[in-house]
Formats: sequence, C-alpha cells, structure tokens
Amino acid sequence: MKKYLPLIVLILLAVMPLAGLAGLLSSYILHMIILVIMWSVVGMAWNLLAGYCGQVSFGHAAFFGVGAYTAGILHSHLNLSPWWGIPASIVVVGLFSLLLGLIVLRLRGPFFALATLAMGEVMRISSENLDWLTGGNLGITLQRTWVDKTNYYYIILAIAVAAFLVVKYLMRSKIGYYFVAIREDQDAAESLGINTTLYKTIALCISGALTGVAGAFYTNYMGYIEPSVVFALHDISIVAIMTVMVGGVATFFGPFVGAIIMVLLAEVVRSIPYLGAAHLTFFGILLILIIIFLPNGIVGDFQKIKRIFGAGGAGK
Amino acid sequence: MESFLQTLIAGVLLGGLYALIGIGMTLIMGVMKIINLAHGDLMMVGMYIAFWMFTLFGIDPYLSVFIAAPILFFLGVLMQKFLINPVLKVDSILPENQVILTVGIGMVLANLATILFTSNYRSTPVSYSTSAWYLSDYWHSAPIELSLSVTGTVSFIFAVVITLALWFFLAKTDTGKSIRATAQDIDAALLMGVNVKRMRVVTFGLGSALVGAAGCLFIPSYYLYPSLGGQFTLIAFVITILGGLGSTIGAIFGGLILGIFESMTATYVGMGWAPVGRFLIFVAALVFLPGGIASLLKKKGVRR
Repeated sequence: MKKYLPLIVLILLAVMPLAGLAGLLSSYILHMIILVIMWSVVGMAWNLLAGYCGQVSFGHAAFFGVGAYTAGILHSHLNLSPWWGIPASIVVVGLFSLLLGLIVLRLRGPFFALATLAMGEVMRISSENLDWLTGGNLGITLQRTWVDKTNYYYIILAIAVAAFLVVKYLMRSKIGYYFVAIREDQDAAESLGINTTLYKTIALCISGALTGVAGAFYTNYMGYIEPSVVFALHDISIVAIMTVMVGGVATFFGPFVGAIIMVLLAEVVRSIPYLGAAHLTFFGILLILIIIFLPNGIVGDFQKIKRIFGAGGAGK
Repeated sequence: MESFLQTLIAGVLLGGLYALIGIGMTLIMGVMKIINLAHGDLMMVGMYIAFWMFTLFGIDPYLSVFIAAPILFFLGVLMQKFLINPVLKVDSILPENQVILTVGIGMVLANLATILFTSNYRSTPVSYSTSAWYLSDYWHSAPIELSLSVTGTVSFIFAVVITLALWFFLAKTDTGKSIRATAQDIDAALLMGVNVKRMRVVTFGLGSALVGAAGCLFIPSYYLYPSLGGQFTLIAFVITILGGLGSTIGAIFGGLILGIFESMTATYVGMGWAPVGRFLIFVAALVFLPGGIASLLKKKGVRR
C-alpha cells in the first residue's frame, strides 16, 4: 500500500480537474491547488538544499525572483512567449546559483543563512533600481495564455512530478548520501574524501533551478510580477522555509503537507475580516510552535504526534 | 572636496549608531552562538516606544533611551527564557532551528506592529530635527563650509557614551567578566562557577536593550515603519561579519566603516544603491578578511 501511495496520489491529482467539468470544483479551489503544488515545488527545492544538504537558505526568493524575471524579461524585451522562461530559467538560475555559491558557500550554518538572506534583499533592491531591464517598481505585466486554469494545473503538476523525481533520484544516488554526510558533519565528510564544496554547489544549483522554474511558472500564471512580490523576504523566502519546517525536514512528502497547510492558513486568515493583514503573525506563531514542539515537522515527527494523540500508537 | 568631507562626516555619525546596533548583535552571537534575526525588529519596537512617548507625553526621543532600553531588556529576557532556551535543548535535524525561531519572532513583532500601529510612516517632529551647526559660524574665514546636523551629532555622542558604559560594564564588573568568560569558553566558564544560563539571559537582554537604545537615537532623523527591522538586521549582521564574530571592538570599527561606505554610495552612486554597497562590503569582508577586523587587531597584539 505504502509503495503505491505516490502513484495513487498522482492519478487522483491527474483526474481531479475532471471534477471541475462536473461542476464540483470551483476555479477558486483550483487556484488554491495550483498554489499548493507551486509551493511544494519551492519547498522540495529548499528541502534539497537545507533538509538534505544542511545549508539553510533564507534567500530562496532570489532564485524565485530571478526565475520569474527571466520569463518576464524574455517577454518584455525579446517578445518571446513567457513559457520559454521555464527552460530558460533553469539555465539562468542555475548559472546565477553557481556564481552565488562561489560567495555564500564559503560560509557555514547561520552565516550561510544570513548571506543568502542578504542576497535576496540585494536582488530585490537591484531589480527595483534597474529600470531599463526590469521596469523597476512598476513590474512586468503580460497577457496570460489561457483564462481557464486547467492547463496551468497540468503544467505545474508536471513540474512538480519532475522536481519530485529529481529529488528522489538524487537522494537515492551516491550524491544524496554525500549531501547527508555534509549535513551531519562537514569536516568529517571532507576528511572522508568528499569534495564538500562541489556537492554543496550541486545542491545549491539544483535547488536554485527548481525554485527558478516555479518562479517562471508564477510569471506565466499570475501575468504580473514586481520586485516586492517575487523577491519578498517574508512571503517567499520565509514561506519556502515554513512549508518544509511545518511539513517535515528531509522527508519526501513534507513539502506537500507543508504547502497545503501554509496555503490554507494564508487563505483562511486572509478571509477573516479585520485580521487580513495579520497572516504573518499567524505564520510566525505557527513557526515558533512547530520549532518548539515538532522540530522535524509534521511528517518528520509523525510518530510523536501519534503518541501524543494515542491513536494508532500501537501500530509502530 | 567639500562634499567629500561632508559625506565623510555624515558617514561617521551614521557609523556610530550602526556600531551600537552591531555591538548588540555581536554580544548575543558571542555568548549564545546564534544569530538573532529579530534584532532589527527589536529596534523597531524601541523606535515605536520612543515615538509613542513623544506623541503622547511629549518626552524627547533622547530621554526615551532610558525608558526603551529597560523595556527592551525585559523583552529580550522573556524571549530568551521562554522561546529560545527551550529550543536549545530540542533535538532536530537542522541545527539552525534557533535562527529560524528568531525569524518567527521577528515576523510576529513586525506584523503585530503593522496591525496595532498601521504601516504608516511615522516620525517624531522634534524642534531641532533640521537644525545644524555650521563650521563658518565658529570659524569665519573657513576655507570650506561643513555642517553637523544636531540630531546626528547628539545621537553619535549618545552612542559613544553608551558604548563606553558597556565597555566599563564588560571590563570591570563581575557580571561583565562572566559574560566575556561565557563567550570565550562555555565549559571552562561553567567550571569556574559562572552561571552560564543566567549569563545567556542577561546577554540577550543586554543586546536587546542596546538595539532599543539605538532605535531611540535613530528616530529623530529617520522615518519609522513596522517593516524596517529587516534592513537593520542585515546591517547588524554585516557589521558583525566585518568586525569579526563576537568582537566588540571589531563591531565598532565595522559600524564606522559601513556608515562611511554607505553615505559615500548614497552620495556618489545613488540613494537606492546603498543596500547593494552593504552587500559588496560584506562579500569583500568574506573574501579578503574572513576573520573580520578582530583578526587584524589580534595580529597586532591588541586584546579585545
């Protein structure tokens, strides 16, 4: 049963829009599902770098934003379809991560975290100031390809499946074990002959490229990007961290669980009158609670949750 | 030449305040070995205290230093005792949990401020906010005209006094010595009978109080809005890296360098680019001087 679970979930997800044809699925719900899948892509990317390789990044908005702007600039300057942004962003963001890695991967632990945070902010400020390239604070507006959301749904689902397979394949391979070794003890890994710089760079580039693809999709899906949205510290970088922290660090399904919770929480809080602006407070409180009580996330600490609620505890 | 000197003066004045923010962070980092990413948000809280004291009771922002610093001290103590300390013991896959926790705290603080006080830009319109001292008033045949803004200068003096007081506290008092011992070697400090747990709490409170005081010194010449914390957290962090981790003297030099560099960028490149200049300094420090200024001082044989 457990072995086929991903397949069953995938089939369910693939046929789900058919429910929309039957009128069971409103466009709003489909929008939320698309957001959930998009965030799980970003979450998986973050999880690869931080959860498996141990390099906690606070600046995934930089990759997301560069990906989004790759698609946007292809459209606004070269008149190409913004869909070219998805393959292009893999290359652009991959190279960007490589350059960035030269600087930030010199640092360890919290210092790496803060360096990435700084770089996210720098990207935001640069894109605000480089008017000729990015359109500054006005952002880039483009015509969405389809009005109906079903096509977008299948595209992001394909991206998510691809991202999942990339992460899974990587973690099954030798490289995955190297990543975990680096996370557990970088010096020990180095002394065992693992080229830590190389593997950290690989993790950063793949993680960045996946996030960039999600960003390029975002441009296509939303049809409008501006620096303060796609390079947002709290609404992108921190949410990327939270999807994984809430869902489960270093688990395959954690990012999905986390994305569902985060998107739902954001929507619920936004729909409460007078509390709409307070979604970050709820995010923050959730983050604090998770770190204190479930430091490995819902999937990671599932046994602990079972024990607390007593249900099914005998099964383990 | 004139504009260069003027920029230099502005940079030094700004740098003094930056140093104060940086010292708070470097203290916490030295003792706790964690980065407090809520640092800038604590400063925002300090600024709001100064703002409301001024608006409601007409208390001068500079006097609010003596109100905001104790309040922030207790806020820091509470944060450390009830949020950060429990997490230090929790076992998890990611060692950076405490850092992420401080992000959560910062987020809550900034967002609560938005809800309670709206995201409007605030300022304290003190009577002396635009006045300045001019060189030509004191030296009539001065070849060049330079000015010192009143708010910048008074804030700078305050920052220097607070820094000196802190130095005295760390160097001469028992508690201060215990804090330094904890920063150097926790196990050895424990063996020497230092109450490490209490020192952590005190340090966190002290760091918060310093940044709260810095907030009060900033508000006469700056605008205040709830999300301003993030950029000051970054400033504090860059200073800490530049100065050398956990080094107080390094943080002072780091603050001054950053202040001068930033006002130079603002004058010669453009206002909006100052934060990018910050990042450049940061990268340069990492590449060319990984140990920070503290490592230079150590080479020369100066003890911190």
